[in-house]
Amino acid sequence: MPEPIIDIRNLKKSFDHLAVLKDVSLHVDKGEVVALLGPSGSGKSTLLRCINLLTVPDGGTVRVGEQSITFGAGKGSKIPGDKALSSFRANTGMVFQQFNLFPHMTVLQNVMEGPLTVKKLDKPSARTNALALLAKVGLADRADYFPEMLSGGQKQRVAIARALAMEPAVMLFDEATSALDPELVGEVLNVIKSLAAEGMTMILVTHEIAFARDVADKVIFMRDGVVVEAGPPSVVIDAPEREATRAFLSHFNKG
Amino acid sequence: MSGYVWDFSVILEYKSLLLTGLGYTLLYTVICVLLGLLIGVVSALPRLSSKWWVSAPFRAYVEVFRCTPVLVQLVWFYYALPVLTGIQISAMTAAVLCLSLYGGAFYSEILRGGIISMDPGQTEAARALGMRRHQVMWRVILPQAFKRMVPPLVNQSIMQLKNTSLLSVLALPDLLYQGQVIAHDSYRPLEVYSVIAIAYFVVLLPATMLAKRLEQRLNKKAGA
Repeated sequence: MPEPIIDIRNLKKSFDHLAVLKDVSLHVDKGEVVALLGPSGSGKSTLLRCINLLTVPDGGTVRVGEQSITFGAGKGSKIPGDKALSSFRANTGMVFQQFNLFPHMTVLQNVMEGPLTVKKLDKPSARTNALALLAKVGLADRADYFPEMLSGGQKQRVAIARALAMEPAVMLFDEATSALDPELVGEVLNVIKSLAAEGMTMILVTHEIAFARDVADKVIFMRDGVVVEAGPPSVVIDAPEREATRAFLSHFNKG
Repeated sequence: MSGYVWDFSVILEYKSLLLTGLGYTLLYTVICVLLGLLIGVVSALPRLSSKWWVSAPFRAYVEVFRCTPVLVQLVWFYYALPVLTGIQISAMTAAVLCLSLYGGAFYSEILRGGIISMDPGQTEAARALGMRRHQVMWRVILPQAFKRMVPPLVNQSIMQLKNTSLLSVLALPDLLYQGQVIAHDSYRPLEVYSVIAIAYFVVLLPATMLAKRLEQRLNKKAGA
């Protein structure tokens, strides 16, 4: 069995004495799509943000690809500096609920920014790659637009292209469709689906239960900072073993 | 006042004195704006630090200069500082030092305010790409924050120019000081001070209009 591409062990995180993650472990294989479900405050977004260290964990080990950092008191751990954190993050791509495109740059410049500034790629190569990625998300004709001229769905597709430009080992989606008008959700989900078909490793925090069932290989249900249940969608979503999972899913089945 | 006969012809006799004064006013303004901006940048960045012992000294500097009148500072720098340090400084040095530090305190606040008013999502997106802290600042935060800072920075620089009129208390030959000299000499203070006021206005009005256009251009560049 090949080694998992992401390995998270005994992750702990507290905010002002409120334990948001209590000893969470999980691993993700290359090409696997994982959906993180759970009520708000369950810690799923914090877990996602700990994977690219936007939130720095208090304890535990995070490994993505070759890079591994151990946090908290104990052997082999130290508080990582700016350089270590940055190089770790360059290996992961993140897509945010609020898109967070750079408004002072065109769509093309947004997608080129990571490779240019972080990877020091030359401009012509960065441009060629960026245009190819924009074509892939169906926005080649919007390359010279500024973000504010785009719809929410288009913005999010640019954000996906921007993250992909770094050629990350994993893509992290933090409620990527929650801020979108309902009619625009589909175009973003289609892009995510095509990435899954290409074998991109992905972790999605989502409230789109139907989409999770459709695209995820593994579903993780969290509550109160712990993993309650994990497994294939046919089990966790269709036939959950735990009462907490059933109670959560019943809110969606009503609608 | 009804019997007063205005006579602006005397002003022409003192033309060269007035122009020298205007020249000094502009020179002091340029020096104090540039030095002030430099001090502003240097003191704004450490104030963003999460470590209190880094930000505290710069906060103290800003508050001391914001919360005392600039005229008091000017007199203190010229008369008290040399006694305290044992180092004699010229009126010019005291004036430039004081006005630059005074302006710098306000610039510092404008810069810091502009930076912290940015959406934290911008920093997060840049960090998520793997950018280093300084790259986030220069590539993402400052270009956007600068646009918001332009109007208050221009306002503060206009204040800097007007504050140079206080240098006359240290007998530096700025526009107002020359005006005082001419007024004593010509016995025509009403005309002299009217002309001085107009001179300040004529210099500053185009400056504000230029700033307005710069602001519009920056807005357009960002696709607004």
